[in-house]
Amino acid sequence: MFLKKTKKLETQIDQYLDLIIKGGLIFKLGIKSYLDNQMESFEGHLKDLRKVEETADDLRRNIEIKLYTRTLIPESRGDVLGLMESCDKVLNITAETLLEFSVEIPNLLPELKNDFLEIAESSISCLENTVSGIRAYFRNVDAVRDYVIKVQFYKKETNKIAERIKRKIFKTDNELSFKIHTRYFAFHIERIAEESEDVCDKLSIATIKRFE
Amino acid sequence: MDISVWFFISSGLFLGWSLGANNAVSLFGTAVTSRMIRFRKAAIIAGVFVVLGSFISGAGTTATLTNLGGINAIAGSFTVALAVAISITGMTRASLPVSTSQAVVGAIIGWNIFTDSPTDINSLTKIVSSWVASPIIAGIFGFIIFKIVKNTVLKWKIHMLEIDSYTRIGLIIVGAMASYSMGANNIANVMGMFTPASPFNELMILDFYNISGTQQLFLLGGLAIAVGIFTYGNRVMKTVGTDLYKISPITGFVIVLAGALVLWLFTSQSLEIFLLENNLPSIPLVPLSATQSFIGAVIGVGLAKDPQSINFKVFGKISLGWIIAPITAGILSFIMLFFVQNVFEQKVIQHVPYEISDSVIKKLKQDGIETEQISDLVNKRFLQNKIFKYELLKRHPYNTEQLYSIFRYAIIDSFRIDSMLVVRSLSDNLFSDHQIEEIKRLHGESFSHKIDFDNTVFCYRNQWELNGDLLRDKNISVKKNLIQNIFRVTSLNKAE
Repeated sequence: MFLKKTKKLETQIDQYLDLIIKGGLIFKLGIKSYLDNQMESFEGHLKDLRKVEETADDLRRNIEIKLYTRTLIPESRGDVLGLMESCDKVLNITAETLLEFSVEIPNLLPELKNDFLEIAESSISCLENTVSGIRAYFRNVDAVRDYVIKVQFYKKETNKIAERIKRKIFKTDNELSFKIHTRYFAFHIERIAEESEDVCDKLSIATIKRFE
Repeated sequence: MDISVWFFISSGLFLGWSLGANNAVSLFGTAVTSRMIRFRKAAIIAGVFVVLGSFISGAGTTATLTNLGGINAIAGSFTVALAVAISITGMTRASLPVSTSQAVVGAIIGWNIFTDSPTDINSLTKIVSSWVASPIIAGIFGFIIFKIVKNTVLKWKIHMLEIDSYTRIGLIIVGAMASYSMGANNIANVMGMFTPASPFNELMILDFYNISGTQQLFLLGGLAIAVGIFTYGNRVMKTVGTDLYKISPITGFVIVLAGALVLWLFTSQSLEIFLLENNLPSIPLVPLSATQSFIGAVIGVGLAKDPQSINFKVFGKISLGWIIAPITAGILSFIMLFFVQNVFEQKVIQHVPYEISDSVIKKLKQDGIETEQISDLVNKRFLQNKIFKYELLKRHPYNTEQLYSIFRYAIIDSFRIDSMLVVRSLSDNLFSDHQIEEIKRLHGESFSHKIDFDNTVFCYRNQWELNGDLLRDKNISVKKNLIQNIFRVTSLNKAE
């Protein structure tokens, strides 16, 4: 009975994290569609991602208000809200990146297609493991460490792939502007992993604080 | 009732108020400072349960405190309570942690010294050893409960928000438990010294519920503690709570639970009976320091978390306060009693006569106390403690324990056996027909010494003798007390 409101809020937090995961999956599909030159499908994914981003924003605000007005988890709510806001930032980066693809329509070399698919996969793995880590923070603190390690691993992989893309592109005889433009997109996708790792750092500190 | 009585009781109420204000932080400090529970809610819960605890279960610890020093004049009680309240206020202002229980015991001993009344070393030892034991037990409880919580509840993969809800409910429950236990345990500190000189008569409510004078005092004291929590608890929580009690809500829950359990252990008469029924050693019912128990629990939890995190220097400073408090209160009580008696000409002790009879000598011999040198004092009546003590010590260097025994046996009491009272007051459930008949047969007999009364009424049969069976002995002692109280001729009975 007394847990009814709590359970509802728990469900909302889970729904919010589901939206982040969903956003990551849409991002991967969007990149794949772009690389396969299926622009209609790509624009559909971009539209979906922006909708997910908006819904996630509304849900996050709703959760924030509830946590504050009902003075729930007073010791941890700052951390929880910080983590959610950081996740939101990562989701925004994914949407912004797809939007940039849509606006700038970069001409990516076919030999880089697999590299771009890989970097998108690796960055989103970072994001997914971050979300799993946050879920663990709520229910099973001991498991947080496992996810943090995975995030660190995928972030390094993402850096390696980004570096590989940059090296490959700068070895070609294309125009410098073309090279820089391509590098810029690798850099944007890489940012998803970078930001995810930042969220994970906050998560590690929040986890230590829970044991205090 | 004389209006001056309210003036005298006011110092006890002041003491209750300061106890409430100071101890609210132990009960709900973590819950309020961590914003898990609003102060208003916490104060209502604490206030209600403190009053209930003091009213329902306050008798156990009061008996121990009354044994230590039976302050029998209301001006004496007033002065002792005021001395405690002043020393607590002074020490709190000097930022020294202070325990009301210790200050009270110190002040009562101050009264004993001033009035030349011997101190019951047995009760004192019981109290002092409980002070040492209680933080240690609280520490052990804190350690164990924390380990259990960490290795079970936190491993059950419950959502953080659900843990938050459970913790809130837990904090309310243990806070209420702690408030009840504190009320029951500490009411002796606030009103214990007024009970021998209680100005209240028995009160019948709706012809079936009887509230004794002592219970009325306890109710009043409980209300004073509750008012202290309401009016000043929040301020103390804001100043002290944020430094000392800045602990996570779950840890706070463990600490309050451990502290409340210890207070309950040293307060519960039901637990005492349970232990005795199972042939286990019982725990003395002693007024403890709530703060001391909670600090013990804090250390226990600290050891469970990380032993290196405990600052033993701070602990040393706190312990020093526990030694200074009773000494300061004792000295202050002595000085104030001197002024109240000699400057304001108030009676701080109701002198009772002492007389060593042959039966007293016999009893003392049984206890192994030297009697040859005091044989010339037999059948001489002494109206002042001081002179009686002087005469005794002039003849033999008795120690405090021996002096206490001589005073206890030689005090002139007044008992008269009335068969009408036997019929009216001795319940068939408690006493056998045979026992009742034996007492009835003594109708009309009167005694001036308690030991004569005991020798006549209780030594006829083996059934009154204590034989080492803890529960049986306890029951016999309760029955004996009941019979003594029924046939004791008090000033009230005399008027009838």
